[in-house]
Amino acid sequence: MSEPVHTESEAPLLSVEKLDKSFGGVHAVVNVDFKLKQGELLGIIGPNGSGKTTLVNLITGFVKPDSGAVLYRGRNITGWAPYRIAGLGIARTFQMVRPFGELPAFKNLIIPLYSPRVKKLSGGRYGDRDSVAKDLLEEVGFERDSSVTFKAAGSLPHGYLKRLELAKCLALRADLIILDELFSGLSIAELAGILPIIEKLMVEGKTIIMIEHRLRELFRIAHRVVVLNFGCVIGEGNPADVMESDEVKKAYLGTE
Amino acid sequence: MLYVAIPPLLPVIGLLVLPLVLPSYWQKVLIATSIFALLAMSWDFLSSVGMVSLGQALFFGVGAYCSGSLDHYLGLPIWITIPLGTVLGGALCTVLLLPVLRLRGIYFAMVTLVLPLMFERIVEATRILGGTEGLTGLKSFPNDWVELYVIGIVVLVALFGFRRLMSTDFGLVLKAIRDNDRSVMSGGINIYAMKAKALFIAGCTGAFCGAYMTHVYMFVGMPAFALDYSILPLASAVVGGMGTFAGSLMGAFILVPLSEALRGVGGLRTVIYALSLVVFIVALPEGIFHYVQRKYHQIERWVKVD
Ligand SMILES: Nc1ncnc2c1ncn2[C@@H]1O[C@H](COP(=O)(O)OP(=O)(O)OP(=O)(O)O)[C@@H](O)[C@H]1O
Ligand SMILES: [Mg+2]
Repeated sequence: MSEPVHTESEAPLLSVEKLDKSFGGVHAVVNVDFKLKQGELLGIIGPNGSGKTTLVNLITGFVKPDSGAVLYRGRNITGWAPYRIAGLGIARTFQMVRPFGELPAFKNLIIPLYSPRVKKLSGGRYGDRDSVAKDLLEEVGFERDSSVTFKAAGSLPHGYLKRLELAKCLALRADLIILDELFSGLSIAELAGILPIIEKLMVEGKTIIMIEHRLRELFRIAHRVVVLNFGCVIGEGNPADVMESDEVKKAYLGTE
Repeated sequence: MLYVAIPPLLPVIGLLVLPLVLPSYWQKVLIATSIFALLAMSWDFLSSVGMVSLGQALFFGVGAYCSGSLDHYLGLPIWITIPLGTVLGGALCTVLLLPVLRLRGIYFAMVTLVLPLMFERIVEATRILGGTEGLTGLKSFPNDWVELYVIGIVVLVALFGFRRLMSTDFGLVLKAIRDNDRSVMSGGINIYAMKAKALFIAGCTGAFCGAYMTHVYMFVGMPAFALDYSILPLASAVVGGMGTFAGSLMGAFILVPLSEALRGVGGLRTVIYALSLVVFIVALPEGIFHYVQRKYHQIERWVKVD
């Protein structure tokens, strides 16, 4: 993978500053600090329960931090409501995929397409949301005019559900896309279908954070990874180097 | 063609013809039935957005006092008090419930249940708005026909309007909030603003009922906050079938006349009424409308489709 273009002086797209969050006795995220450049693909890895999803929730406003700050394009967005953060162009997927089951697949995209952000970006008009939705599904690999597009989302195979999640981020016209275990539960064949879509997003200049357990696939595309264990950052750097660290090896061997 | 056209025509014909054929006592029952049908639709609408309300009486009472006050204190004519009472009542209820929009399920339900009871006591204790006597001598409708057809047409507009609304993108987003509000938030949509809009629509529907009945009774008082206005609509929507609005209409058109017909029975009236409610819910838990709809679709196989 080529390095994202940047200069020393360029301000980071996202900076996470000393984020800290406890749930009762569980210290889920401990003093986490990292920056993200425009166009970068950052992987966040770590054993189960190491605080990855909580970190995503902190960035996207679903959980309020005990201390620390999140800055997006230099703007402090700590404590903002999730819809406002999404409105800035930060989209996320959920680890637990829960589509609107009775709705046809393409209708699931009406929700982000209905948002004020999309209205603003399309010049105050929403246009025909149904056809925009169908185009978006085609972009993530639903065959044009195939019956899957019209099937109830609840009955879609797992691979298509993950694509649908990705399409929701595209519908929002997000600049920063956060994918929480997008690859989990996918077969090798399904993965082979979804990886090129992510590579295409990278070419388009999107900034992406991927939470992943499928390290091999992640390392093929990530510019940089952050390793979490018990809520702490225990390693950061390019994929090959990070796995050489003793602490990281221990965290992985100790739990898996 | 006829097969598709008949079901929506039934309520239209029913509500336009019934006033012509019913004796005057049953005309009054028709009005009460229509009111409960509207309140049931208002309840059904809120519940399809995930807001379970136990307080349609709040909407009814606030609407009733709004139009009553506009008549009593400002002397406005009826064709202004009813529309203004509807909108004002809807807006007031929305503002009142704004602080509890974040509450879900039973907590939201509790607040809506308590508010109308609280208002009743406030009116009693502070003697505002006529106190226990209420406001009397309010204007009536010019004649019975206007009275009957106004409510009939509003019921039809609400029925088709709500069904239409839920099939638009706005309605789709509302339903999505009930199913998975986190997913909707991550789509960049302010779910509280959406819920407030839904509340305003449901509030206006309920407030209309109150505003209208104020001028039917030519009176508004504490009974406007009665628990009946909360419970019976809920029962109608559940018995009739939730999420369809037609079910709410059907439920009300079964339960309210049934309750009237049982007046002759005397002391056991409530028992029989309650028993029949239980029978309906046990026998047809999906609701009468869903059951009838399914049976109707089965006929299709016997009809030649052209
Ligand atoms: N809402 C919550 N309330 C209480 N505890 C929570 C909550 N969310 C997360 N936790 C706890 O915080 C810790 C970190 O959880 P988190 O879901 O962030 O881990 P994760 O790295 O995403 O794990 P996985 O790989 O299994 O998805 C866990 O111990 C979890 O039990
Ligand atoms: Mg997780």
